[in-house]
Amino acid sequence: MNKNGPLEYDYSVSKLFIMNALFVGAIGMLVGVIIAWQMAYPGLNTFLGDGLAEYTNFSRLRPLHTDSVIYGFVLSAVWATWYYVGQRVLKVSMAESKTLMLIGKLHFWIYFVSASLIVTSLLLGWTTSKEYAEFEWPIDLAITVIWLLWGASIAGLVGFRREKSLYISIWYYIATFLAIAMLHLFNNMEIPTILATSPAGETMVGAWWHSVSMYAGTNDALVQWWFGHNAVAFVFTTPIIAMIYYFLPKESGQAIYSYKLSLLSFWGLMFVYLWAGGHHLLYSTVPDWMQTMGSVFSIVLILPSWGSAINMLLTMKGEWQQVASSPLIKFMVLGSTFYMFSTLEGPIQAIKSVNAIAHFTDWIVGHVHDGVLGWVGFIVIAAIYHMSPRIFRREIYSRSLMNTQFWIQTLGVVLYFTSMWIAGITQGMMWRAHDEFGNLAYSFIDTVTVLHPYYTIRAVGGTLYLIGFLMFIYNIYKTTSARRVEEDELQNASPMGA
Amino acid sequence: MFHWLEKHPFFFALSVFVAIAFAGLVEIIPSFAQASRPLVGTTPYSTLELSGRQIYIKNSCNACHSQLIRPFKSETDRYGHYSLSGEYAYDRPFLWGSKRTGPDLMRVGNYRTTDWHENHMKDPASVVPGSIMPKYTWLYTNEADIETAYAEQLTVAQFFSVPYNTPIPMKDGSSKVIKMADSIAEANADALDEAKVIVADMKDQSIKDAVANGKIPEIVAIIAYMNSLK
Repeated sequence: MNKNGPLEYDYSVSKLFIMNALFVGAIGMLVGVIIAWQMAYPGLNTFLGDGLAEYTNFSRLRPLHTDSVIYGFVLSAVWATWYYVGQRVLKVSMAESKTLMLIGKLHFWIYFVSASLIVTSLLLGWTTSKEYAEFEWPIDLAITVIWLLWGASIAGLVGFRREKSLYISIWYYIATFLAIAMLHLFNNMEIPTILATSPAGETMVGAWWHSVSMYAGTNDALVQWWFGHNAVAFVFTTPIIAMIYYFLPKESGQAIYSYKLSLLSFWGLMFVYLWAGGHHLLYSTVPDWMQTMGSVFSIVLILPSWGSAINMLLTMKGEWQQVASSPLIKFMVLGSTFYMFSTLEGPIQAIKSVNAIAHFTDWIVGHVHDGVLGWVGFIVIAAIYHMSPRIFRREIYSRSLMNTQFWIQTLGVVLYFTSMWIAGITQGMMWRAHDEFGNLAYSFIDTVTVLHPYYTIRAVGGTLYLIGFLMFIYNIYKTTSARRVEEDELQNASPMGA
Repeated sequence: MFHWLEKHPFFFALSVFVAIAFAGLVEIIPSFAQASRPLVGTTPYSTLELSGRQIYIKNSCNACHSQLIRPFKSETDRYGHYSLSGEYAYDRPFLWGSKRTGPDLMRVGNYRTTDWHENHMKDPASVVPGSIMPKYTWLYTNEADIETAYAEQLTVAQFFSVPYNTPIPMKDGSSKVIKMADSIAEANADALDEAKVIVADMKDQSIKDAVANGKIPEIVAIIAYMNSLK
């Protein structure tokens, strides 16, 4: 390496994670679209025939959808950006250390193999039932190894850094690492049943992967939703904020609006977020004071969430014409707006009297999706669009395709959450409706059949989003194949052809 | 202070960890100190019921059905008494669910019968017109995994002192013993005895034949579990 020249960053690990994000993203979203259509048209549960019904029905596919988009698509994208942003803001190249490179490669490949095992095991029904932590103990161990490798990579890059002060994005990556490590360990405390011995002295050989949770009943629920809520926080929020704090200023050429606001948002989010898990357990058998804490802290959570979002939007101050001219800025600005929207909707649903109607309904599903499709998906897409020209040294293939993708996906998100609002509130109100004599006004099935039109609209919305995502993959693919290689790394905002 | 932290990654990470771990310490530890105690009359699952519960989990029934009745008139009218913490003392994992695409099942054993489940799981829309629940036809051909259910019983008894083979006080002052076998062969035989009681109320001849031949189809185990939910 030329000691006096600029650092040559090595993006090979980042590239692997980008490919994986695109691949698993498409699969995860496709499975989502399939199960959305299954809810509208239950005949589709046997779309591969009666013989394979066990593996194609809604209940087997649902965990596959959630886990593949969370841990396949989003985590891959998070790591793709880590191996890109990490080098650049810490001013270290992966090429400088063989060990760091080895850690990065191992990180990817062990993750890739585990992901394949996860898909297989979920289809076979090997699950602990805990949402977003369905994996049985052998996979939990693999996840621990993957996580430690990422930790080693963070420690390595941070340890060798030339830039002494950690940029905001790095704060969020570190927080993501620590929080998920803690949540994963505590929520997956389980005892494999192969450890059992019968009084007759036999060792158990049944399902060797099976395990029993260390916690029972209400305690188990408490730990699970402390995990479930915060896994959302630290996979769907903090690493995505890490991305936008890097990519928005880079892409727009604008400095972050306020350092103080980023401080307030970061430390506020760290302290407040973990309390709010109780809002998943309102009116359950969890102690009342904990439910109240969950509600109250959910409202407080608006402050740090909006702090970040406002910081992002104000970064564009004076440069709003970029929203019109650059599809990439469009994704990031609308993404930040969806983040504001979703972090207001969540606290509203956490108010006890609202939750009484919203809980167990499709409104919750709608809330999750305006966050993940509108915020997480859009920022990930923007990040990959920004990184690709620099990683592949080629201009983006088509700008008009990007614009079309943006509008198709936006329409998809809007159809998704509006239909789910109506579905959720309709069902919530029908469940509680009493007639003039004080009897229940509707049987349960009435509250299901009424949802058919909304399930159909939702499925259309999801399909549009998937179509947009496939256009995205095509655009990136053509970028790597149809564009010529530039001599120097592309600078400034994303260069694009017509 | 913040500027200093941003230049010292170790202390930065430590501060972040303290900030995020704090809530867990305050909220979760006290709740665990007060261990989840069973309500009088709550019993651990029998071998066949536990096998059915594993099938329930294997098919992610909890993705669409809750097992948590909230203290509202509309819910107690529809599903029965609201849930009490002690009723879940032997639930590992808990199966409250987070979405009610179908109705709550916390007390389904009180108002649905073996016969109803037999027809319903085969073709839900034939029993409840308009139902969007998939047909669970493979439950009628797959065999229940009794050994794993037995392994789970042994595990919870050995690691968490779940009271098998000991008298458990019931609401009426009597007591009840839930049996756990001494060997795999005995566990299989016990499960088969339980299965015979279930199939006596079933119509499907192939299921009756299977049980008569010493096999337990998954549907029998899951019905045993459904019937135990009260």
